[in-house]
Amino acid sequence: MDRSKSTTIASLGLLALVLLAWQYLPPALDVPKYIIPTLTDCLVEMKRMWLYEKLVSNTLSTALYTVLGFAVGSLLGAVLGYLLGMSPFWEKVLSPYILALQIAPKVAFAPLFIMWFGYNAMPKMLVTVLIVFFPVLVNVLQAMRTVDRDLVNLARAYNLSRLGIFWKIEMPSTLPNLMAGLRIASTLAVIGITVGELIGGNTGLGYLISYGGGQANAAMVFNAIILLTVIGFLLYTVLQHVEERILHYLPKAQH
Amino acid sequence: MALEFRSVTKTFPTTSGGEMTAVSDVSFRVEKGEFVSVVGPSGCGKSTILSMTAGLYQPTRGEVLVSDQPVMGPNAHVGFMLQKDLLLPWRSIITNIEFGLEARGVSKADRRARAMEELEACHLAGFEHHYPYQLSGGMRQRAALARTLAIDPEIILLDEPFSALDAQTKLLLQNAFAKTISEAGKTTLLITHDLAEAVLMSDRILVLSERPGSVIAEIKIDLPHRDEPIKRRVLPEVSDYAAQLFKYLKLEEKAA
Repeated sequence: MDRSKSTTIASLGLLALVLLAWQYLPPALDVPKYIIPTLTDCLVEMKRMWLYEKLVSNTLSTALYTVLGFAVGSLLGAVLGYLLGMSPFWEKVLSPYILALQIAPKVAFAPLFIMWFGYNAMPKMLVTVLIVFFPVLVNVLQAMRTVDRDLVNLARAYNLSRLGIFWKIEMPSTLPNLMAGLRIASTLAVIGITVGELIGGNTGLGYLISYGGGQANAAMVFNAIILLTVIGFLLYTVLQHVEERILHYLPKAQH
Repeated sequence: MALEFRSVTKTFPTTSGGEMTAVSDVSFRVEKGEFVSVVGPSGCGKSTILSMTAGLYQPTRGEVLVSDQPVMGPNAHVGFMLQKDLLLPWRSIITNIEFGLEARGVSKADRRARAMEELEACHLAGFEHHYPYQLSGGMRQRAALARTLAIDPEIILLDEPFSALDAQTKLLLQNAFAKTISEAGKTTLLITHDLAEAVLMSDRILVLSERPGSVIAEIKIDLPHRDEPIKRRVLPEVSDYAAQLFKYLKLEEKAA
């Protein structure tokens, strides 16, 4: 307990230090505010964005699509991961294509999606779904391959059906890996949405970044980046709590 | 009769395309309520015998019968336990013990009652809501035994269930197992490489040859206290039996 307290204090101390440096270092070094705006510049800009740039609705829109893209992408990844995990044949057949798609830079698909679906929410959703999909799929598939054979045999000896083995042995065995995949995916979801909004959007924080960039308004870009980070951080934190709840049966050292 | 092997041979395909014979022409019988151990050099097919009894795979030739019925697949008559306790880490001890009953259409209340009975028989009362990681190795094996007994199998297969434990825990656990099994009147087949353990716990010992395994000797242990290995341990005859096993396994020649 004492230890976690002291790390929290150190963490907050570091934050204070960075904020101070941010506020006083750029003016001291004569860096103009369109290159690096200070903390107060950003706060002032934040208020202006609140009043004139629909900051709240843009942030909420990005947050909503991040969560939505994350949910759809990880659901698809998990379902396909489990299906392929149960069918070694199809896993072998599909694995080269999965690998190829995994290597392909997903964000590069964004312009294509815009050509296909137009300037709406679809392209950024698709980019996010695609980015989120793979870490979940790969984690689940890997875990399905390494499920303890003796546990499966035990379940077989107890006459469990194939589906019973899945729900009672394979699914819970793979949960730690699924959760790890979801955590990785949650950080990637923000990237997907941002790229989608940067390239072809008129809403969201990604749009504010490209808009602010066009106006040489560095403070606006800073603010949007900070808010995007906050969204990703919140999603990650929620997942971490869910994980702690679900995986309570693991001794702490194994986390 | 509880278990019979009739000239059972099992071969496995090897990765190089050949065939590996794990056990060859193995025949033996285990009577109801008997405790029989199988010993032999490592790789002699002990575990193959166990897997075939459990119905996880079929013999290549010959027949395995449990309660006079040929074993065609996993079945309710056999409960098995390995060196690993195979408790499901995400389940509490009591739900772990219930696990084997879930595919059998036993109602929830009956499952719980049945599991509590075995939990108490295995001296784990008070630990029903603990999770496996909170228990010691010996307690986890006792929980695994409770799970095995909960399905009320006709035969219990033990595949080196004590080999991962330290010496003291092992003695105590052997004693606890012997007592519980004899009270339940279960037929038991113990696979082990611990010769002393075989002598202490069994009515009869089957000695297997090196691969391909076949039964080369059958030793009847004529000693009291089968239900209390700790008492049997101090009998002078124990070392004679162990010496016999030594001879059959040619351990002295190998050491020379």
